[in-house]
Amino acid sequence: MPALLFWTFAAMTLVFGAAVVLNRNPIASALSLVLSFLGLAALFMGLDAFFIGIIQVLVYAGAVMVLFLFIIMLFDLRAEERRRINRVAVVGGSAVSLALFVQICLVVAELRGSHDQFPALPATRTDDVRDIGLLLFNNFNLPFQIIGVLVLVATIGVIVLSKRELR
Amino acid sequence: MAITVRRPNLSWKERIYLPAILSGMVITMRHLKNMIFGRTKVTMEYPEEKWDSHMPEHYRGAPALVRDVAGRIRCVACQLCEFICPPRAIKIIPGELPGDDKFAKVEKYPNEFDIDMIRCIYCGMCEEVCPEQAIFLRKDYAITGFTREDMVHDKEKLLEIGGVMHGVVLKWNEKK
Amino acid sequence: MNYFIILTSLMKILGVIFLIILPMVSYSVYAERRVSALIQDRLGPNRVGPAGLFQPVADAVKFLLKEDFTPAHVNTFYYWLAPCLAMVPAIATIAVVPFGSTLLGVPMVIADINVGVLYVFAIASLGVYGIVIAGWSSNSKYPFLGGVRSSSQMISYELSLGLAVIPIFLLVGQLRLTEIVRYQIEHGWMIAPFIGDWLNVQKWLLAIPMFVSFCVFTVAIFAETNRLPFDLPEAETELVGGYHTEYGSMKFALFFLGEYAAMITGSALIVTLFLGGWHLPIPSWNGGFHWTYITGDAEGWRGIAGGLFNIATFFGKVAMLLLVFIWVRWTLPRFRYDQLMRLGWVFFFEIALVNIFLAALMIAYFPA
Repeated sequence: MPALLFWTFAAMTLVFGAAVVLNRNPIASALSLVLSFLGLAALFMGLDAFFIGIIQVLVYAGAVMVLFLFIIMLFDLRAEERRRINRVAVVGGSAVSLALFVQICLVVAELRGSHDQFPALPATRTDDVRDIGLLLFNNFNLPFQIIGVLVLVATIGVIVLSKRELR
Repeated sequence: MAITVRRPNLSWKERIYLPAILSGMVITMRHLKNMIFGRTKVTMEYPEEKWDSHMPEHYRGAPALVRDVAGRIRCVACQLCEFICPPRAIKIIPGELPGDDKFAKVEKYPNEFDIDMIRCIYCGMCEEVCPEQAIFLRKDYAITGFTREDMVHDKEKLLEIGGVMHGVVLKWNEKK
Repeated sequence: MNYFIILTSLMKILGVIFLIILPMVSYSVYAERRVSALIQDRLGPNRVGPAGLFQPVADAVKFLLKEDFTPAHVNTFYYWLAPCLAMVPAIATIAVVPFGSTLLGVPMVIADINVGVLYVFAIASLGVYGIVIAGWSSNSKYPFLGGVRSSSQMISYELSLGLAVIPIFLLVGQLRLTEIVRYQIEHGWMIAPFIGDWLNVQKWLLAIPMFVSFCVFTVAIFAETNRLPFDLPEAETELVGGYHTEYGSMKFALFFLGEYAAMITGSALIVTLFLGGWHLPIPSWNGGFHWTYITGDAEGWRGIAGGLFNIATFFGKVAMLLLVFIWVRWTLPRFRYDQLMRLGWVFFFEIALVNIFLAALMIAYFPA
């Protein structure tokens, strides 16, 4: 991917990621998160990882965030906009996130291979969907099945909980 | 007392809805087909096709002044229509006939006779009340104009719409 | 960078959107009005131009010249954003659909990516934002209810939409839409793979899950595009105008066009997945009866004519499906909301799941 596109989408991801926190309006925050996800998906696609990029859009931007928005819309937004900023919480929160950021930077800097140049992408595009499928069903078949069962249990659990008579 | 509506017990075939959906679609397709092949004819395409020949005898269109066979304007400006008109659409300014006129004994004639067609409600009261059989509701229904002034029918216009009326009582003619 | 690819892609994008999709959208609105009128024994718009064919132009002029009014009580920024969000996903979806074979050696698909149909689902799932934001920003109860209904409906039917196409990918082993069309050219259309190969039991068996898939997918597309009998988000009798109650002039027109564009991309998807894409079998006699088809590979003008013929074939199929959409709309009454949800979650979801199982069994035990 040309560097220009990379910087554009990276900036988009970061700026809208920050906007999620900075916006007072919850709807604006949710939509900023969607844009951030879209920027991330574009970055994945720039690495020829179409499958992950698309799943990012499909699952997060298309399904999860719609549900978020759905719930947020049912709230009283004015109360949220009127709420006063708690100075201590802001300072404390920024300090903690800054500390976490510094920590991650330090850890990444020490990682093996973090200073190496990554090999260039192969000129002929690989079929990443097929690769992921083969990997998932050949090498990680058992974990995959276990996750499937887990999701099934969660689904049934939700149905049982929502069907139970309120006493 | 509450009325319990008994829901019909649907058979298996009715409950999957598919036969009903398909038969409904066949019905609409039949209508579409009949329209395309011109077998259904419901709409009358107005400016090209007109309703005139289907107009019933009692149709009440635009009110108009008539002349009789002798060419006399039958209105004597008695102003009864002006008084009876519910929306007060009629305005008459009477004039006096000169002494040397053939019908001088009628004495009055409408100098001006305006009907405001924006106000007119086509009730036909003017026709009913007229003692002279001078005003009739004709079958004209397309009354149009670009301004309010256009919509006021003056005497000339009313006479033009009215034309000559046959078979009315000619009470002002000289007796034999 | 390869400038040839950029240039041809740009031409394909502009050509598809401005020469095909947008005229098709406006003429599907015209067709909707005309066909609905004919079904109801009326005549429909027949005044502007011969048989009313210039009606879309008159509509466009009317929409553009109307006062662009913003009500005082709305959330202005989102109110203006929503129509754009409704229009963009509907058009962006067409990018991966192969709408023709080749023209002058250029494949007639804008972006032939290997996740084809997932891209379609991903972009289509973004379409709900336009409706939800329109409903919310209008700051009025009927649009809000319309927006809420729409989002829950679209989420519900996306499941069956996604599950319905899995049998096809089990069979083809690819997500790339061009590969699916190629497979159908070689092995018969998904909806009826046995045609031309009548004695092949395996293909007859395979047709069963494919037909179920086709039905579930088509119904889900109806629900996704908010078409009757699933047009609950804008049910006039209950919600005034639904999510676009507060919209007027060109902003309303964008919602309207977005809906029809979504219909066209949905039909294009059905055609690509089940009805053979741009492929049209032509019977021929060459020392024995067999089927042949036209490609755009030939030399000179024959190649160009073939390529154009294939594009015409594809959009002809799409137009036929659009007529079916219209036909269904003017036949069926609207579902009740609980019926809609029951249908989505209890019937189509289960049918699609069982269908995947069935298709997998057949592919495993009766391989081609």
